[in-house]
Amino acid sequence: MPNIKTLAQREEKEVRFTPGHTLCAGCAEPMVVRTVLNAIEEPVVAASPTGCLEVATSRFPGTAWNVPWIHVAFENAGAVISGVEAAYRALTKTGVVKKRIRFVVFGGDGGTYDIGLQALSGALERGHDFLYVCVNNEAYMNTGVQRSSATPRCASATTSPVGDEIPGKPQDRKDLTEIVVGHHVPYVGQAAVSHLIDLANKVERAMKFDGPKFLNVLTTCPLGWRTPRDSAIVQSKLAVETRYWPLYEVIEGKYKINYKPKQHVPVEEWLKTQGRFRHLFRDPKGKERIAEFQAAVDRHWNDLLRKEQCLSGDGAEQG
Amino acid sequence: MRKVMTGHKAVAEAMRQIEPDVVAVYPITPQSEIAEYYADYVHDGIVHTELVPVESEHSAMSACVGAAAAGARVMTATSSQGLALLVEVLYIAAGMRLPIVTALANRSLSAPINIHCDHSDAYLARDAGAFQVFCESAQEAYDYTLIAQRIAEHAKVRLPGIVNLDGFALTHTSQVVEPLEDAVAKKFVGAFQPVHPLLDTDRPVTWGPFAMPDYYFELKRAQQAAMEEIPAVFLEVQRAYAKTSGRAYGGFVDKYHLDDADRALVVLGSTAGTAKVAVDALRAKGERVGLLKVWLYRPFPYHEVAAALTHVKHVGVLDRAISFGAMGALYSDVATSLLRSATRPALHNYIYGLGGRDITAEQLEEVLTGLGKARPDEVLRYIGLRE
Repeated sequence: MPNIKTLAQREEKEVRFTPGHTLCAGCAEPMVVRTVLNAIEEPVVAASPTGCLEVATSRFPGTAWNVPWIHVAFENAGAVISGVEAAYRALTKTGVVKKRIRFVVFGGDGGTYDIGLQALSGALERGHDFLYVCVNNEAYMNTGVQRSSATPRCASATTSPVGDEIPGKPQDRKDLTEIVVGHHVPYVGQAAVSHLIDLANKVERAMKFDGPKFLNVLTTCPLGWRTPRDSAIVQSKLAVETRYWPLYEVIEGKYKINYKPKQHVPVEEWLKTQGRFRHLFRDPKGKERIAEFQAAVDRHWNDLLRKEQCLSGDGAEQG
Repeated sequence: MRKVMTGHKAVAEAMRQIEPDVVAVYPITPQSEIAEYYADYVHDGIVHTELVPVESEHSAMSACVGAAAAGARVMTATSSQGLALLVEVLYIAAGMRLPIVTALANRSLSAPINIHCDHSDAYLARDAGAFQVFCESAQEAYDYTLIAQRIAEHAKVRLPGIVNLDGFALTHTSQVVEPLEDAVAKKFVGAFQPVHPLLDTDRPVTWGPFAMPDYYFELKRAQQAAMEEIPAVFLEVQRAYAKTSGRAYGGFVDKYHLDDADRALVVLGSTAGTAKVAVDALRAKGERVGLLKVWLYRPFPYHEVAAALTHVKHVGVLDRAISFGAMGALYSDVATSLLRSATRPALHNYIYGLGGRDITAEQLEEVLTGLGKARPDEVLRYIGLRE
């Protein structure tokens, strides 16, 4: 399993994602991209749908990508990588391509949870050999912090603002990780930018499988979350410690929670550090809403514990 | 060897001979049979092609773009709503200069839903940056699939192309077709030479970047320059095809009894066959009528259309789709062609055959007969419409 040293050595040998892009100060996305690319040993071809990452890394005539990379549109990264991978299979058959190449998509939550879900689902169902990494910062940050179906309940976004009538996003976020599990692909995982070695390990485990692999990686956005620029890791860590964002994986249908926080940290601790939830601490009804939020987090966590118990790799499901 | 086959089969045969590396396709009436024939070739191991049976036409073109950028030869086929769904990505394929050939089984657009032929879908893709060819017969659909592939992949062009064949009228009717021998067809199309393929991981390239106002305009101008190369390449490939097949198409337009005509029709696609019957009938009565069929619709052959029509007194341009709120799309192109001619015919625009409404030789005879009498004002006339 890769450690910081091996990741650094690989980067020293070949810088796959270069500095000089125009992602915001404090953005967590480059850490995810670098870690994923460095965790893969073989040559990589990457694709991205439209989004922050795409716009900030590919401004013509410059580029931050030192691996072959393609962007086509917002809703089709799953289909684009299907085509690239199909070309690879065809050209391997005819002997034009001779080496092992791996395929990775880096998509935001808008291009993955929402507009790109159909193309992703199609690619998963058809069994293309690729890794899809959802760089999930929980809203449409590229277009100015509009809500997506990955935006948590109560969060203030420009299309789910805190109004006099409706305070923030009324709905829960979609559980995309579990939607992908429903596609019965060999590897599905959830990771966070605060736990980079866990992320690298997950990439390495995932890449052992042929077929579709999926990683939902919580990243932070100082602009959209309204947090200080130096808080990405703290924010992400709090999301994990409060069990808001469990680190787990589903390998061939078997659940494994990679990290179980030793003590119970209320989700309020995570919420109160972010401007997008500030209203919850001012509004008289805020306490009630925070309690509902906590209940949803607990329910999700307990469901996950049960899934791990019933669907673990050690044969427990037979009982 | 001459064989009886449908337009679908003719296109599928050409595709089998081209043997693209990747075919990504989604079913839609009346295109589906092309995909079905091709799936048979793949599942019987006749071709090495990777078939990607995508979940939508949008993904079909997206997978084609990914595969073509990766360095593969790719093709697809679609119709109507499917074309409408994939047209977003067709613009991108053109912007990336990817030689993806699409067989378009022409069909009307919703609403109301209708599965039959008109050219609404082809007109929808008009400004995407793909070249477009219209076919009169299954033979032309076969020939132009091979020709289009070679044009699309020409070093000076490298753009997507659309081969139009009228839904049902061509796709589902059986005609005599004379395909080339497999080896001859393969040699004509040649090997695919990818440019900066993604799969060349030793030389990483960024495909589909983001361009601000400082570069976007110049990149689009360069795309137009590639489009402007097409007419010369089209003639060159037609000539090569004539040498290979013995079938000489001779240019961007097909002139039928036009040189001494004083009244003529301009059409796209299979209606040309019907129009030829009408012209023959009136010629038999001694009337000087003719027909201009346009093969190359985009880029539009303005000079050749003008040269073919300047001496004609009355021209009826037949559009098989409405360009809502404007004159017909083909009519507008023909009118533009004639703008700079010292002498030019009176132009009349007819809309016909929407949603598969029959068009008969008798109706076209009537149009040709009436051409000299109607006043050429800027109004749409309709053929075969109940009003």
